[in-house]
Amino acid sequence: MNQENHMSMKRFETITFERETGNYHTFRPISCVARPYQKIEDSFPPVVGTKTCGYPPQNALGVMVFAEPRYAMAEPEEGDTPAQPNDYGESKRLCPQVVGDRDPSVIIRIGTCTTEIVKMDPEGTAPRMEAEVGVPTVVARANGSDYASTQGEDTVLAAMAHRCAEHSVAAGEGRDPARVGPPSEPPKVVPGETNPPLVLFGSLPSMVASQPSLELKRHSVQVSGWLPAQRYTDLPPLGAGVHVCGVNPFPSRTATTPMRRRKCRSVGAPFPIGPDGTRARIEKICPVFGIRPIGLRERESKVWEGLKDYLKSVRGKSVFSMGDNPSEASPARFLIGCGTIVYEIGTPYMDKRYQAAEPAPLREASRDMRIPVPRIVEKPDNYDQIQRMRESQPDPAVTGMANANPSEARGIDTKWSVEFTSAQIHGFANARDVLQSVTRSLRRSDMGDPGWTDMVSRDNDPTLQ
Amino acid sequence: MKLAYRMYAGPAHIGTPRVASSSKNVHAIMHAPLGDDYFNVMRSMPERDRDSTPVTASIADRHVLARGSQDKVVENITRKGREERPDLILLTPTCTSSTLQEDLQNFVRRASVISDSDVILADVNHYRVDELQAADRTLEQVVRYYPNRALGQGTLGRSPANAPTANIIGTSTLGFHNQHDCRELKRLLRDIGIGVNQIVPEGGFVGNPNNLPKAWFNLVPYREVGLSTAVYPDEESGMPYISTTPVGIPDTADCTRQMQGCVGERATVLPSQGINYEPYIDQQTRFVSQAAWFSRSIDCRNLTGKRAVISGDATHAAAMTKILAREMGIRVCCAGTYCGHDAEWFSERVRGFRDEILVTDDHKEVGDTTARAEPSAISGTQTERHVGKRLDIPCGVISSPVHTQNSPLGYRPYLGYEGTNQIADLVYNSFTLGMEDHPLDLPGGHDTEAVTELPPAPPTGKDLIRDPESQLELSKIPKFVRGRIRGKTERFARQNGISDITVGVTYAARDGLAA
Repeated sequence: MNQENHMSMKRFETITFERETGNYHTFRPISCVARPYQKIEDSFPPVVGTKTCGYPPQNALGVMVFAEPRYAMAEPEEGDTPAQPNDYGESKRLCPQVVGDRDPSVIIRIGTCTTEIVKMDPEGTAPRMEAEVGVPTVVARANGSDYASTQGEDTVLAAMAHRCAEHSVAAGEGRDPARVGPPSEPPKVVPGETNPPLVLFGSLPSMVASQPSLELKRHSVQVSGWLPAQRYTDLPPLGAGVHVCGVNPFPSRTATTPMRRRKCRSVGAPFPIGPDGTRARIEKICPVFGIRPIGLRERESKVWEGLKDYLKSVRGKSVFSMGDNPSEASPARFLIGCGTIVYEIGTPYMDKRYQAAEPAPLREASRDMRIPVPRIVEKPDNYDQIQRMRESQPDPAVTGMANANPSEARGIDTKWSVEFTSAQIHGFANARDVLQSVTRSLRRSDMGDPGWTDMVSRDNDPTLQ
Repeated sequence: MKLAYRMYAGPAHIGTPRVASSSKNVHAIMHAPLGDDYFNVMRSMPERDRDSTPVTASIADRHVLARGSQDKVVENITRKGREERPDLILLTPTCTSSTLQEDLQNFVRRASVISDSDVILADVNHYRVDELQAADRTLEQVVRYYPNRALGQGTLGRSPANAPTANIIGTSTLGFHNQHDCRELKRLLRDIGIGVNQIVPEGGFVGNPNNLPKAWFNLVPYREVGLSTAVYPDEESGMPYISTTPVGIPDTADCTRQMQGCVGERATVLPSQGINYEPYIDQQTRFVSQAAWFSRSIDCRNLTGKRAVISGDATHAAAMTKILAREMGIRVCCAGTYCGHDAEWFSERVRGFRDEILVTDDHKEVGDTTARAEPSAISGTQTERHVGKRLDIPCGVISSPVHTQNSPLGYRPYLGYEGTNQIADLVYNSFTLGMEDHPLDLPGGHDTEAVTELPPAPPTGKDLIRDPESQLELSKIPKFVRGRIRGKTERFARQNGISDITVGVTYAARDGLAA
């Protein structure tokens, strides 16, 4: 075996993590409060932040902002930022307006950079407010100093986990009145229930949320609840004996909270993105409850069979994922399984414990398809990435919206990364949607090259001169 | 603190990059937390820009909050200078840096020693100025910087050009139809024999900033961005400026006459030249623009006395108010602007052309006023378009904030003579759509919606009861006046202490209020 071969064999085996400057473009975490608050129908999230914070949701949420949103900014004015902000007084003044207008079951107070800098104490004032206003107030610090895009959702869900009722077999024992939950009656015994309670977390659209539950049900695993639930008052009970498992790659704080604070057991499993991920996930969950999944491999191959037409178009193609939210690894693993070369997976942050179950399938998929393991770049540097991207000429590059049109103008097909966080990509049934969204640019390229790939005026781009 | 859902003008740190990204080879570096560089998205998505937006962030993360930016900002400035070789780097404060109160000026001083690029700190405070004011200030700041330096070096070109030329000041990225307006202005100037000296910030003035004084005068099409830039050389060296926006027939003529004044003043030293733009104005007004003819045509006559509500930035809202009232005979029941800092100018401008005036940046107040006024059409921003959708009133968009659809690919200026055509179309189309709706209602057969479900619903007192017969009567009233009639009836009932509304009450209200 010559040296080169040896080297490439080595690349198949190890996953390298790199870390750059963190100069990358992403959405602010408060943009992602939209997901949990839309999901939780009876919630209302006032964001305590400046005009800067108010502006992107109005652009990012677009038309939603006009549909009488359950969303508002509490905008600090100059007088609110000196050394001793009267946070409590101001919140107390605004809160009745919020409650009076909307009658929410829960107020989710979203903290921002500003509240961090002036050191407001939302966790401190929330219990007082709660007692006075009579509406549960949950605090989530979704600020851009600490988090990126979808991690905003993570902070909300982690805060919610504290509010779940105590799980106990004996009825009404040790209930905390601050925590909601079903009225004190014995937990409903589902006929045929065989497993201890399993709570899934992550805000999925209702349509998709039923999928992971149904897939598990096929293998006699009952899902006892979701965090978040459709309504705040329906949050699932947590406690010793409850198993929790995430459906998205980013809520890593949410994963630790039930474990450390509520004595739940966390089930580490790959995320149900792509048929391979969905299968590997069920294979991980079932044994926890002493169940051996039957017919799972067959089911997976059937899904692959159904994807045949798409697989033909993605095999041998390449992807460069710039990365603007911590969910890039799972779709990349699925694409590698489809025979696509992934040059780079950029990501703000990879929690190696929470996502522990992902690198192994990623490596396996690369080995099976004889594709080099991609480099995973945490806190990427967009400027350097663009240089690498131009060298590797991927078809398509997965980028944020800021870099999509400039790349397209330079002949590089792109796909918006935000689709991976908002589109329905979970479970066997949605594997097709992932490929559909990735192949959109390929399909457009298939229409033939009209000779207009390079659309840049040379004098406008100093880097091209 | 105040509660807000939607804002008209963005934060200050959107204004500064608007100036930077309009100019060639100028880079803005924001001192900001992760995600605050969404300006890049606004430029590459709604404006569909092909080039990477020359804006990056020097990230203010947890470490910065703990121990200050230290060398980070300086490093990012010098790095950008190496990578992209911009002529100028504008350090842009955000709300975060306004609150942190770090000595950014010191970072700028240090960076400018190391970097080949010029470095300026944009003098904008998040808590005191909004997007438009910030853009205005930044532009002035940059324009002052270069002549001052050139003056120091003795390289400032002060002698004006031989032939009349003008600077166009204030057309920028994310400005409402600014690209098209700029083209139209150039055409107007060319038509009357005036050359364009420089266009700032669009068009890259940094490469040749000392050129600005060569022009005979400055033209400021939009008050919001560029006015202070033009006022400064006027005070400094007596270089005149024109701030009348050439929008609508009379104001375009007015603006052109002022240009004649500026040129005439200088040209008197060349006695052979007779400057008279009147024949041009007359020709354009009667035959090139169709707007003057439109206002005489029977189409426009049908709009006489129709009601409209107007809202937008000061420039566009004032211009639109005058066009609708003065040129088209439309009754402007409310003219409003969100530019509170320019309220005085606005009220003075629209005096005599509107019933009511509304200066607010609260979109709910604008929505409520519109619902109360029940106009046949709205001219406003995208926010008002949505208000219109809710109230079932057509809306023409005349001002930022806007969506992608307001960055049209086709030629759509609002200024100049072609602009008058575009505006006439916009207005007529809004009102016609409204009128098409009504003939359907008149026979009564097409309207199957239940009366009670119809917007707009003025607040109904709990004490009022309608009997079924009067409900039926109400449904016979054409939809476009139904809300108003219902409101009148209820007001009448309340004033007269009537709690049951019958057909009789409806008629009494009509007769009573008509008298």
